[in-house]
Amino acid sequence: MNQMNTALPAIPPAAVELNGVIKRFGKNEALRGIQGRILPGRLTGLVGPDGAGKTTLMRLMAGLMAPTEGRITVAGLDPVRDSMALPDLIGYMPQRFGLYEDLSVMENLRLYAGLRGLERRVHRDTFHRLLEFTRLGPFTTRLAGQLSGGMKQKLGLACALMATPKVLLLDEPGVGVDPVSRQDLWRMVQALTDEGMAVIWATAYLDEAERCAAVLLLNEGVLKFDGVPGELTARLQDRSFKLLNHCHDRRALLSEALHLPAVCDGVIQGNAVRVVLRTASQRDAIEAFAKKAGAELQPVAPRFEDAFIDLLGGGPGGVSAIAQKMAPVALDSGIVVECRGLTRRFGAFTATDQVSFQVRKGEIFGLLGPNGAGKSTTFKMLCGLLRPTAGVARVAGLDLRTASSQAKRQLGYMAQKFSLYGLLSVQQNLEFSAGVYGLEGALKRERIAEMVQTFQLEKRLNSAPDELPLGYKQRLALACALMHRPPVLFLDEPTSGVDPITRREFWTHINGLVRKGVTVLVTTHFMDEAEYCDRVALMYRAKLIALDTPDALKAQARTRRNQEPAMEDAFIHLIQAVDAQDAAQSKKAAA
Amino acid sequence: MNLSWSRLRAQIIKELLSILRDRRARAILIGPPLMQLFLFSFAVTLDVRNVSIAVYDRDGGRWSQELVASIGAATFVGRLVTALDAQQLQEAIERQQVLLAIDIPETFSRDVAAGRPAPLQVIADGRRANSGQVALRYVENIASNLGATIQATGSSGSGSLAIRHWFNPNLIYRWFVVPSLAGTLAMFTSLIVTALSIARERELGTFDQLLVSPTTPMEIIVAKAAPALVIGTALGMLMVGAGVFAFGIPFTGSLGLLFLTMLLFILSIVGVGLMISSICATQQQAILGAFATGVPMILMSGFATPVENMPAVLQWVAEAIPLTHFLIIVQGTFVKALPAADVAAQAWPMAVTALVTLSAATVLVRSRLQ
Repeated sequence: MNQMNTALPAIPPAAVELNGVIKRFGKNEALRGIQGRILPGRLTGLVGPDGAGKTTLMRLMAGLMAPTEGRITVAGLDPVRDSMALPDLIGYMPQRFGLYEDLSVMENLRLYAGLRGLERRVHRDTFHRLLEFTRLGPFTTRLAGQLSGGMKQKLGLACALMATPKVLLLDEPGVGVDPVSRQDLWRMVQALTDEGMAVIWATAYLDEAERCAAVLLLNEGVLKFDGVPGELTARLQDRSFKLLNHCHDRRALLSEALHLPAVCDGVIQGNAVRVVLRTASQRDAIEAFAKKAGAELQPVAPRFEDAFIDLLGGGPGGVSAIAQKMAPVALDSGIVVECRGLTRRFGAFTATDQVSFQVRKGEIFGLLGPNGAGKSTTFKMLCGLLRPTAGVARVAGLDLRTASSQAKRQLGYMAQKFSLYGLLSVQQNLEFSAGVYGLEGALKRERIAEMVQTFQLEKRLNSAPDELPLGYKQRLALACALMHRPPVLFLDEPTSGVDPITRREFWTHINGLVRKGVTVLVTTHFMDEAEYCDRVALMYRAKLIALDTPDALKAQARTRRNQEPAMEDAFIHLIQAVDAQDAAQSKKAAA
Repeated sequence: MNLSWSRLRAQIIKELLSILRDRRARAILIGPPLMQLFLFSFAVTLDVRNVSIAVYDRDGGRWSQELVASIGAATFVGRLVTALDAQQLQEAIERQQVLLAIDIPETFSRDVAAGRPAPLQVIADGRRANSGQVALRYVENIASNLGATIQATGSSGSGSLAIRHWFNPNLIYRWFVVPSLAGTLAMFTSLIVTALSIARERELGTFDQLLVSPTTPMEIIVAKAAPALVIGTALGMLMVGAGVFAFGIPFTGSLGLLFLTMLLFILSIVGVGLMISSICATQQQAILGAFATGVPMILMSGFATPVENMPAVLQWVAEAIPLTHFLIIVQGTFVKALPAADVAAQAWPMAVTALVTLSAATVLVRSRLQ
């Protein structure tokens, strides 16, 4: 190391140096020789799907584990050997930040200041600075447990910044944070890097990678790319296209497009289908396909996500084996899910206020909104898990709270965080789900075998769900929910934290099911996923503020500067419009 | 009545696996209760031993010396202190140096020799009332052998009674403690296993999944009761076995009846546990709830103090506690061959408790979610 510095004095000292880092857990190799430099004064993205080794690398840098082989230097120190000096130089925010939920915001700050050994007389100034920075000032007395996901992350960040570190490690700070709060986090991180801090942001969201100044892309413990994100996306030049203005079912169109050998990846964007070619020379193939489908072909700028999928050899195919085996759904009524004037109050707090909508058969209906907007409460009332204070919620014409067992078999439900039985093995979880939905004998065995095969669970049958990577957990949860082939599917944040390939696989199944007439109601934070919906209901502060197709919502956010707004822009636009209206009203009231 | 066997079976398997899949969990379920059985059966004893006694012998004659010598030689006495005046005697009691203080009057030897009743004052430390009374009884025995009469403070002793204890002639305390512990420990294990069961699922989020599935609240309760019933009963019977084979306690009653009542007893406890679990949102609440009900149930069951000594209102409460009845059954079955009619008289209140608590749990499982 020293020799290198004397030989090449022009290279600025790196904040973090990784030299052939290998980490093994038993036989499992989590990191396989990582080599890289992270520079101060910029934001470095540690990007990769779940289970890629991001958290392991973070924990190595934070000195919480020692590498099996190789060497790490953080701010000039060896994290393991100099573990006493390290805490003053690094700030580490783990995935689920260790906030004490029963303590208030201020009490949490005081606790972490104490743990950091911060002198008492500087407490006030430090807290003031941090609260100002995170804009948590008005909430100092609120219990941490009652903060929204975004505010929790901000408080976590404030605690990690207590000692003004040189290196800040953020492990998936964007998980469970809505777009508005996410923008806030970006702003804060920007301010920190401007001061010269090295910020490392681990994420499975590839749109976040695009915002980083440098990216370390990890997959299965191997460093796939190290550099500026634009460099990677540049390789994809002339390979991304949009199929517009077609007169087909876009889900069928996607499925067919993914069937083409030339196409390596495809997603739905509103009414359009976005595809990525394997090589730029295959343009003819996609042009012919567009002509045949009567669609307009529009070249679009490549995204980091395209590059990532390309790097991993393309996305999954467009055919869902589960959906293929399923018989078309026969439901009597055209309206499958319905709520009218749905309201739920908890004491003085109104979680859902006069929400009404209808979901038609064979529709994907998305419920979007920032944290605490009332999505989950509405969702729970629809499933019959919560009694409405006022209004009605019906699924297939029934109130699920009082519905018979037979009626409940119409419903498939996948809960947030994939509620699986951690003490049961994968096989036992499958058998339980089949049994509880009344499947027996040969049919039960057949369905379980089918799920195991489709979701590639063979090798995992004896593991506990908690040991599975998130992607497999999600597959298992979906398998459990689909076991009885329900005509209505309720999905509560189904792909949160899951890597893009598994996410595509998931939507392939959903698209296939919808084409068979299954009705899907989904809540999500993911703007990409909102694009898959036929219609999106946007909730904000307990109210339904918009309900339309993704394309129509995006059109509302179109400005002169931004001709092609993304779903995220539409989301922020609509929420800011409500905020502005509220502000105007309160000003009028004050006058 | 809406029970589907396939749904029920799936859930019972799930419950059993949740409790027993983990080797450590199995060890925790069986190990500590058995250890406690052995530990408590030695620790929990009402036998009075190692008693310190102060004697102020005003007489100093032949009979008084004889009395002091036989008290000093008695097995229950650990230390005999000689007081030189009434003041010292009093201080010894006040400072809790001794449990009993014996004041022998000047006339003692003379009275005994003359065949007259020979009064004798024994002061027992009322702060340790239970042991005091037992020790007093022992001293009484010794004195009455000498023909003395005791003037006891705070206790009405009569020197000339011959007491014969039935069923447990030597008053071996373990004969009472071990069977009672079998019931008590089996109760606590079943209570905690069931109290945690619904709360755990609530915490994990799997309970929502259950509620949207076609399963009914009654199926949920039955599925959760069954494994706990099996485990609790097995544990209880294991401890009864330990009482017979490891402690050599005579078993005179019907094993079949004991097994049936054990099932009923555990079922009623499972009902209480599920009721607690159905109103708790977290496992922490459930554990606290289990202790808040379990400890009073044990203290009021007659395990520690006789139910007859309680105020009338609390006696009614004690009647509703399954352990009260089961202790009578298990103790009776061990040493006095409790007849079937008497067993039945104690069994039906447990059946009522089971019915009430299990029904309440079924209702609460649903309504708590709103």
